[in-house]
Amino acid sequence: MLSVKDLSVAFKTRKGQVDAVRGISFDLAPGETLGIVGESGSGKSVTSYALMRILDAGGRISAGDVTWNGRDLRAASESAMRQVRGREISMIFQNPRAALNPIRKVGHQIEDVLRQHGRATRANAHAKAIAALEAVKIRNATDRYHAYPFELSGGMCQRIVIAIALACDPRLMIADEPTTGLDITTQKAVMDLMRDLIRERGMSSIVITHDLGLAAEYCDRLAVMKDGQIVEAGPSVNLFANPQHPYTRKLVDATPRPGVAIRDLLPPEARTPDLPHEVGSRALLEVVDLVKTYPGKSGPVHAVKGISFTIREGQSVGLVGESGCGKSTTSAMLVRLLDPTSGAIVFDGHEIGGIPAERFLRDPRRGQVQMVFQDATDSLNPRHNAFDSIAEPLRRLGGLRGAALHARVEELAHLTGLPDHLLTRYPHQLSGGQKARVGIARAIALDPKFLILDEPTAALDVSIQAVVLNLLADLRARLGMTYLFVSHDLNVVRLLCDHVIVMQDGQIVEQGPTATVMDAPSHPYTRDLLQSAPTPPAPIAAHAPAKAAE
Amino acid sequence: MSDISPTQSGNGMLAHLGHVMKENPVTALSFGLFALFVLQAFFGHWLVPYDPLATNSVRALEAPSADHWFGTDQLGRDVFSRVIVATRLDLTISVLAVAISFVIGSVLGAVAGYWGGWLDAVLNRILDTIMAFPLFVLAMGIVAALGNTVENIIYATAIINIPFYARVVRAEVNIRREAGFALAARLSGNGHLRTLAFHIFPNALPPMMVQVSLNMGWAILNAAGLSFVGLGVRPPTPEWGIMVAEGANYIISGHWWVALFPGLWLMLAVFTFNLMGDGLRDLVDPRRRT
Repeated sequence: MLSVKDLSVAFKTRKGQVDAVRGISFDLAPGETLGIVGESGSGKSVTSYALMRILDAGGRISAGDVTWNGRDLRAASESAMRQVRGREISMIFQNPRAALNPIRKVGHQIEDVLRQHGRATRANAHAKAIAALEAVKIRNATDRYHAYPFELSGGMCQRIVIAIALACDPRLMIADEPTTGLDITTQKAVMDLMRDLIRERGMSSIVITHDLGLAAEYCDRLAVMKDGQIVEAGPSVNLFANPQHPYTRKLVDATPRPGVAIRDLLPPEARTPDLPHEVGSRALLEVVDLVKTYPGKSGPVHAVKGISFTIREGQSVGLVGESGCGKSTTSAMLVRLLDPTSGAIVFDGHEIGGIPAERFLRDPRRGQVQMVFQDATDSLNPRHNAFDSIAEPLRRLGGLRGAALHARVEELAHLTGLPDHLLTRYPHQLSGGQKARVGIARAIALDPKFLILDEPTAALDVSIQAVVLNLLADLRARLGMTYLFVSHDLNVVRLLCDHVIVMQDGQIVEQGPTATVMDAPSHPYTRDLLQSAPTPPAPIAAHAPAKAAE
Repeated sequence: MSDISPTQSGNGMLAHLGHVMKENPVTALSFGLFALFVLQAFFGHWLVPYDPLATNSVRALEAPSADHWFGTDQLGRDVFSRVIVATRLDLTISVLAVAISFVIGSVLGAVAGYWGGWLDAVLNRILDTIMAFPLFVLAMGIVAALGNTVENIIYATAIINIPFYARVVRAEVNIRREAGFALAARLSGNGHLRTLAFHIFPNALPPMMVQVSLNMGWAILNAAGLSFVGLGVRPPTPEWGIMVAEGANYIISGHWWVALFPGLWLMLAVFTFNLMGDGLRDLVDPRRRT
């Protein structure tokens, strides 16, 4: 039905021509779901743009053929493509909120598409739009018809986008990272819905994602892309269980999943013996009945509703929950950027929750409690180079200057695996993994006892995530730090943490040792979270010998 | 490892300037013109062939010639000398006015953008009030009320420009208030003021530079405009606005050069500053360094 042969896409840039896609070929049969998997910069999105002929200015298909039901899409005129787009092939983009017009009611936006393609008349558009909303399982479709995008959650917006994409009964749907940025339970709901709708209508689909586990669960066939080429393609189960290409194996290995240890994420040749970390018996941090309430326009907002837990010296605790559960508010209070409404934070035997955040800056314990931020790009000042970013806490709190400062920054760079010559670079000149290392080096600069990690790997590719997680495990063992690892990804938490706290709606619903919570969850919400995580097929063949050798 | 010292800006800045100019020829042109204007402002008094104030009634209203490149005015003064000498006064007025509004606008905007709340609301309403007046009329009013001096022209021009800076800074600071790097700066022991001044505010500089260059041209026009209507600088001081005003009387009688040349210089100055905007932005934006 869709046949791509030797497709190449080139972009003209100031530094000459860049080949984003270099000669890829694949076929898509009716009713088939193909997953295109790759890390950032692999050319997977560009491939889909090329199919739809919506490449950015400067990009063009430099070679190859795209045949759609016998028609040559590469040679098709722009007006012919307009008929294909939306009516025969539709596309779902990454950020659903950005894909919707913020100032038009969602119902009207569906009507627009229906009428543009002659699928509805003025008279019946309203009814058809409501039917489309009902098809994507939106409750109270008649009411939701009048909603604006900002009034809906991310998952709802993505459903609307799907409704728009399906409005004209296309034969092929291309979904570009359809669930990035959505919560894990929402992700499952959206993906299940998409799969069901596609099956019902006998459509084909292409799912583009960085998440190998997700692709393996929802796609019939996978194509793994790297540097603009397909390195391996095949049925999902085979590809995951028995990867042939070294890059595919690396990706499969790096995908966190139940039943593997943190070192298993790395390529076999990079696996060093796991350094054990000691969990002491003394409590380093005690949180007692912590509450944060914000004044809101329609009454107070209870972000954190009285949570209590204890973290022992050297322990790594995972704080898990979906967006809006209060985990970020909690970590901001613990790191003393935010003042709690009530409750106590006892750190190392002293109450620090009562010290106002602005005064805690000059507290001798400021350096003891540090944090690694979620988005490495956002957390580095664009005007400071790596050296200055790492040196900032040393200058301000450590009082280091001159040669001593240089020596310490270099030591930290070495500790976090950042090459010396990168220290003069600005954030925009560093890769995602390198920026994460700078952020970690800055956080551990003052030898903190307690480190809060706020989704430190959420924005990273899986192979880099694997390296950063291992780096964190090594640092913990070497420096004896205590971690609070905030994350929405249970599979990652399982790898790194001894103890797990599950939060929902500002409250702790379950806490206990990782193995207990993960394998025998007692709260239904925890079970929900665990079941929503994509479960890739176990790569038995690849790992059985490795396990035996250990 | 002295090469990773953070204070390596001296040589790096020059190299960066070269890079920016090479990348964009328009920027290079505008920087060249700007250098020319600065040269005129500093050395114009010594370079000009005639005393700009010396009258010579015998040679009044002469057309441009080899002797008098831009001709002479109704009192026989050399227009070329007057145009060149006027550069210093016009540039001084605009640079000082822009500097004052840059500093005050930055402080107000940064405070409003960072702390928000009632402070933000009050400041915004004050700025709205300023913006509600026709700005040139407001400037005229200020000069008329404060007294007819060059300093007051500067203050008036500064006041009417403050809202533009304050708004740009407010928006830029506001979006970065909760950015990761601002929070990280606070974890490193920086208080709110330090975080704002040394971490957040510098990131607002690139759009500010565009504003500065646009405003410079505008400030020159404003100063010249005030002089044109008879406020501020008084004859016989050479100043582009006055010269255009005086020359305008002689256009009908065919003595076009008296008004044209100061007007041309005024236009060139405004043109230069407007073109410099992108170049200045690239200069202060670290992301442009490769």
